[in-house]
Amino acid sequence: METCALATGVWSWGCTLEVLPTLGQAAIITLQVTAIGYILALIFGLVLALLRRSPIRPLSVATGEVIEFIRSTPLLVQIYFIYFGGPQLGIEISAWTAGVLALSVHYGCYTSEVYRAGLEAVPGGQWEAARALNLSAYRTYRDIILPQAIPPIVPALGNYLIGIFKDTPLLSVIAIIELMAQAKILGSETFRYMEPITMVGVFFLVMSLVASWFIQLVERRLKRLPAR
Amino acid sequence: MDPMVSFQKVTKRYGPLTVLDQLDLDVAANEKVSIIGPSGSGKTTVLRMLMTLERIDEGVIYVDGEPLTHTQKNGELVPADERHLRKVRGGIGMVFQHFNLFPHMTALRNCMEAPVHVLGLSKKDAGERAAELLDMVGLGDKKEHYPIQLSGGQQQRVAIARALAMRPKVMLFDEVTSALDPELVGEVLNVIRALGTEHSLTMLMVTHQMGFAKEFSDRVCFFFAGKIAEQGPPDQIFGNPRNERTQQFLSAVLEAT
Repeated sequence: METCALATGVWSWGCTLEVLPTLGQAAIITLQVTAIGYILALIFGLVLALLRRSPIRPLSVATGEVIEFIRSTPLLVQIYFIYFGGPQLGIEISAWTAGVLALSVHYGCYTSEVYRAGLEAVPGGQWEAARALNLSAYRTYRDIILPQAIPPIVPALGNYLIGIFKDTPLLSVIAIIELMAQAKILGSETFRYMEPITMVGVFFLVMSLVASWFIQLVERRLKRLPAR
Repeated sequence: MDPMVSFQKVTKRYGPLTVLDQLDLDVAANEKVSIIGPSGSGKTTVLRMLMTLERIDEGVIYVDGEPLTHTQKNGELVPADERHLRKVRGGIGMVFQHFNLFPHMTALRNCMEAPVHVLGLSKKDAGERAAELLDMVGLGDKKEHYPIQLSGGQQQRVAIARALAMRPKVMLFDEVTSALDPELVGEVLNVIRALGTEHSLTMLMVTHQMGFAKEFSDRVCFFFAGKIAEQGPPDQIFGNPRNERTQQFLSAVLEAT
């Protein structure tokens, strides 16, 4: 990092170019954590939403309480809890696993609320028709309810993709060298923070724009389905 | 001969409100029964209980000699669980006031879903059966249309085909023309009329179409406050109602039309 170490002034393009490859590698970690965390959050959220609708009352009440609890506590606390608290309970997991787990559980609770709204928006008549045709609960959800519940909530679910992405810097507290952590390391090595931190911001901006473009694409795809 | 459908002292309450009060009603195989009455008289509830969309509070319903709402356990009747309901529900089909077609499926797929996944038919067989039924209801050229592309009357005819695809023994029609524009009522009634004459089906219909009830049904039941206030052949009910409530109801309905 010679160029950075020797650079003067507020901004140095030479330093910017120099830090980019290192930041790029950290960006891959950020994207990995985001992608896997988000996919798990989508699955976990759907499971929670279905459990919450369970006809077994204690189960649905307990699920509701868990969702409420997790949504009402900070993600940072949950990351610490899983990574540092886990070993005391005999659960030793790597920082990476703990980080992805925390993100997906936290965001799973948010997506479950979105799924819930989507499920509740499906008219009761659809359930009755499915029942009158003697479809099983599994078939009813799979073929009748979810295909109607999910398309309208794609934009809301998509927001949480961007949310989870922007929360990945929190994982730097458990020594996952994602983008933000890497930028801080570069800064402390060279005493130039401006370039790496700015580049991190630019990266998040660009990726968020790409993500929202992608969500719009999915949305349009789904809207097209029942031809009018 | 055993009745096809038998309500025995069936009671249904919503909180303090008693919707059906110790109802006894037998329907013979192949009989067409129309259920009329003011709103809130429990007539729709009769169909919904028979379709097991509502839990029963007291009494037992039998379909084709089998307890619908209960199972035999050690010689006693106990309220049925979901598994039993799934087993016995198959003999009954229902058509709803608001069609309740699956909006994300074509007319054909609407009629194939349950035959494939409940009866276990192959896609090919289910497709042929569905196509045949759509032809029968006069929608052979609309098989690949989505519900939103169809008029209300067409949607309701798809819904009838969808219910028939399960080959039920009993068909329930819950105010199936009430949500339709007046000019579309006829096409749906024609389909039901054809069904009644060409197939051996037991039919129960809740209806406000008095003309149709009179012409089509073998028996008319007038519901009032959760009970059958009067029942009999349509000529008698419409021509010479004995119960005061029936007279009031019919004159109010006839005045409105």
